[in-house]
Amino acid sequence: MNSRYVRLGVLWLLLLTVPWWLPLVGGYTQLGTRVLVYALAAMGLNLLLGFTGGLSFGHAAYYGLGAYGVGLTLKYLAPSTPLALVVGTLVGGVAATLLGPTLMRRRGVYFAMITLAFGQLFYFIVVRWNNVTGGEDGLTGFVRQPLHFGHHVLPLHDVAFYYLVLFCFALATAIMGILLRSPLGHTWVAIRENRRRAQFLGIPVERYVWASFAISGFVTALAGGLNAMLNNFTSPLDLYWVLSGDFVIIAVLGGMRSFWGPLVGAIIYLYAQDYLSSLTDNWQSFIGLIFILVVLLFPRGMLGMLRMKARSA
Amino acid sequence: MTIEDNFSKKVSRRTVLKAAATAGALQLVPPFIIKARGETPIKIGMVDPITGTYAALGTSEINGAKLALKQINHKGGILGRPVELVVEDSAANPGLSVQKAHKLIEKDGCSMLMGSVSSGVSLAVSPVAKEKGVVYMDTGGHIDAVTGKDCHWTTFRICTTTWMLAAGNAKTIADKFGKKWYFITPDYAYGHGLQADYAKLLESFGGTVMGNALSPLGTTDFSSYLIKAEQAKPDVLMILTGGNDTVNCLKQAVQFGLQHKMTISGSLQEMENLVALPPAALMGWWVFEWYWDQPGVPHVKQFVHEYRKLDRRKFNYPTARSWFGYAGMHSLAMAANNAKSVDAVKVARALEGMELPPEIALQPKKVFFRAGDHQLMSSEYPGYIPKHPSYPHMYKYVDVIEGDKIALPVSETGCKLDYPA
Amino acid sequence: MELLLYDAFNGLIVGMFYALMALGLSMILTLNSVVNMAHGGFLILGAYLAFTLEPYLGFWGALVAGPVIVMVFGLIVERVLIRPIYKREDPVYSLLLTFGLALIMQDVARTIWGPAGLPFAIPDALNSSLSSSFFFLTGYRAVVVAIAFFAVVGLMLVMRYTRIGIRIRAGIRDLETVSGLGVNIYVLRAVNFGAGCLLAGLAGVLAAGQLGLTPTMGESLIMPSFVAIIVGGVGSFLGSVLGGLLIGVAAGVMTTYYPAASDAVIYGIMALVLIVRPRGLMGQEGMFE
Repeated sequence: MNSRYVRLGVLWLLLLTVPWWLPLVGGYTQLGTRVLVYALAAMGLNLLLGFTGGLSFGHAAYYGLGAYGVGLTLKYLAPSTPLALVVGTLVGGVAATLLGPTLMRRRGVYFAMITLAFGQLFYFIVVRWNNVTGGEDGLTGFVRQPLHFGHHVLPLHDVAFYYLVLFCFALATAIMGILLRSPLGHTWVAIRENRRRAQFLGIPVERYVWASFAISGFVTALAGGLNAMLNNFTSPLDLYWVLSGDFVIIAVLGGMRSFWGPLVGAIIYLYAQDYLSSLTDNWQSFIGLIFILVVLLFPRGMLGMLRMKARSA
Repeated sequence: MTIEDNFSKKVSRRTVLKAAATAGALQLVPPFIIKARGETPIKIGMVDPITGTYAALGTSEINGAKLALKQINHKGGILGRPVELVVEDSAANPGLSVQKAHKLIEKDGCSMLMGSVSSGVSLAVSPVAKEKGVVYMDTGGHIDAVTGKDCHWTTFRICTTTWMLAAGNAKTIADKFGKKWYFITPDYAYGHGLQADYAKLLESFGGTVMGNALSPLGTTDFSSYLIKAEQAKPDVLMILTGGNDTVNCLKQAVQFGLQHKMTISGSLQEMENLVALPPAALMGWWVFEWYWDQPGVPHVKQFVHEYRKLDRRKFNYPTARSWFGYAGMHSLAMAANNAKSVDAVKVARALEGMELPPEIALQPKKVFFRAGDHQLMSSEYPGYIPKHPSYPHMYKYVDVIEGDKIALPVSETGCKLDYPA
Repeated sequence: MELLLYDAFNGLIVGMFYALMALGLSMILTLNSVVNMAHGGFLILGAYLAFTLEPYLGFWGALVAGPVIVMVFGLIVERVLIRPIYKREDPVYSLLLTFGLALIMQDVARTIWGPAGLPFAIPDALNSSLSSSFFFLTGYRAVVVAIAFFAVVGLMLVMRYTRIGIRIRAGIRDLETVSGLGVNIYVLRAVNFGAGCLLAGLAGVLAAGQLGLTPTMGESLIMPSFVAIIVGGVGSFLGSVLGGLLIGVAAGVMTTYYPAASDAVIYGIMALVLIVRPRGLMGQEGMFE
């Protein structure tokens, strides 16, 4: 019990001091912010993937919708960061909620295919509706706005923005943690372990899957919105199925059965991507190789492996 | 079929060329003074597609920049310091390009940026450069807005604007082939802008737009649009798409025999696209922004020779893209040397009005950066693809139109430079 | 009205590609239980191989050789990469594996053959219109439709009347029982995967002649194939074929009125089918539920 709090404490201490130590190890604050964003997106996905057993290969759609929600709000509605975040999160989350019924009865690969195809539906809507979204060129012309606390104005430069993202991350993970520890979370795990048995126990499995899908959509959308503000830019590639695949691999790489797995996965994956793309033209092949190696050799992910080692020790 | 080398494997992705030792050895001074002169290199970051659809174009731009880099360092670099070129792959993805731009400035400490093949990336990177106070030389994104309504004091552009492209061959086509035109336009900002420019010019000659079919980017099957075009019975079919879209459109137009019913023409065309066309589809009237075969223009042969030593691909004659990278890099170096500083404001001021010397301009007409919008006034080469072309003789230009004469006046571009107070 | 007819007919032709892709995907999906995200990769492999072999074997030789080599490659992939994960219950692994493979295949194609489009030459005899009013029906397109048609029919016949075809169909229903009956399911799954890749390779060669040859063409064809399977119904081969044709025609018709929506419309149809008839037009109850 104690060691768990110690580990959590160390984790948060590290996260809080990123702007200081990250540049010392060859990183830069923006990279750290990106890691948090992707970790958040993958953790949202993992509510569905790792804890409920729903394989979504189209989660980038909600991420991207969150991003466009933020961008369009800042561009056309009001120059307010908090409002933009709320709108973005709602847009992505509501989309996920509305789609839930079409796939809550499916499982396995069919579930995955449907999520994949819906992801592409949103992608094409965003790409083709280019009067509003800027199409393939992406959405420009918006900038994250300083935060206003009464009279005090906090401009969101690199470091300050990192802490805003960290704040959102903390909030979201707290909520997710509470949910997973609640009866809702336990039911999800029961469904993952043996869906049929859960049905026999009288649990309305489909509704729980729906809830899981919807909530994960909200979290991932929040991540997408934060990403849009990080770059002051978004584009249809934030909805593309390749990004959905990235989220899944991040969750699996870190360990999809553990809560913090996606964070570990995000650190490893983004660092590898950043490093490889500067090193070689064929970075895409290496990324593909990571996918294959993880599947064949590390299916439980980093944290999963550590857990097994701890258990057998 | 021989396998085409896209990118020499010997050259690493991040190109780092230190010429300090060479420069030092050429000068007869004791070593310790060379160190004192400041060996810290000046880094110029380049964001261009090395992978993805536009990779061939991006690689040409990068190779042009590398040739310029070699020449600059040979002459002592910038302010006596060696110059390094740091290249990042944008994959023509604006989102990724924004990240890479940040990385180049924050992590790699680049004092100037250049690059981009696609308008989308240019539009995305331009505000980042402004935010960070770094000069950005847009080598290949054509959309008017970059030096128009979305211009910034930090952004300069080498390649011509969409208006200049349209004005580059509109009159030539209208005079030669007729004034009833049907357009196939790629359905996004660049395409809309280009078509609007052509329509305006056409109407000013007394011509008519018979129709405008908007094709989504990445369309592979143009049958529907070509059917509509055929039904409209125009004199000229204007294909405004780019890259693979044009390849497919042309292939299909020829398969349907449309070239017998109307003249096939378009706007910007590039050598890299032409080599991807099957022989039957190599035809039409286009406009180039630069061409390697310019008899009578000094320094061009030399440039072609030097370039081909550096670019080791199968099709390695320099293209307009190669020239963009070359002129872009040289412009930055020249301006910094003229300004005796790498401070962005000073460099920007030095670039304004700067005329490119003949060995960099590589064109017969005057080439200079316009102060009001930071747009390079370079020429357009309207022309056609000859019958039975064989590499590298793929194009014949009929005119060299001076950029300054056809570009929109600054007041009409909508550009208001936003220098810091 | 004429335009609509043309576009619909044209859509039918495009739909044949989707049908060919969807069929191969469907076979792998139902028997191997693998969502083959790398199907696009096999497609472009077929196309690029045909391009490389064309100067030596001519168009028709390349048309045969390309898909066969892809099939062999598919057999290797199945043996080395896919077989170890059959026993994994969670489908996430096969998805991630094929996804990673797709990334590698696309990158390798780009490295070997370059990122620019390559000119895939089709025989001159086929390179022109067959009729002046239906001028978009070129000889090549007619051949494409014919080949695709015979491939599909051929496959159906194999499925119906040959021993291995019957075993594959039985395996889709209940692989355990088939194994219990003494059939070597390893061979069965390998053959099935290979056949699916053969179809992908064939689609690739045909597509290269029509759509142009680039490393990214697989990506743009794989998604509509998924939709075709969902619309036509998982578990029904005929459904996949009809699904492909349907969405091809729908996209074609959409180009007449509102081209910008021509990609989105196929996903719209998919959404509609999922709401109104979730198992697909010809799908079987109980698949993946």
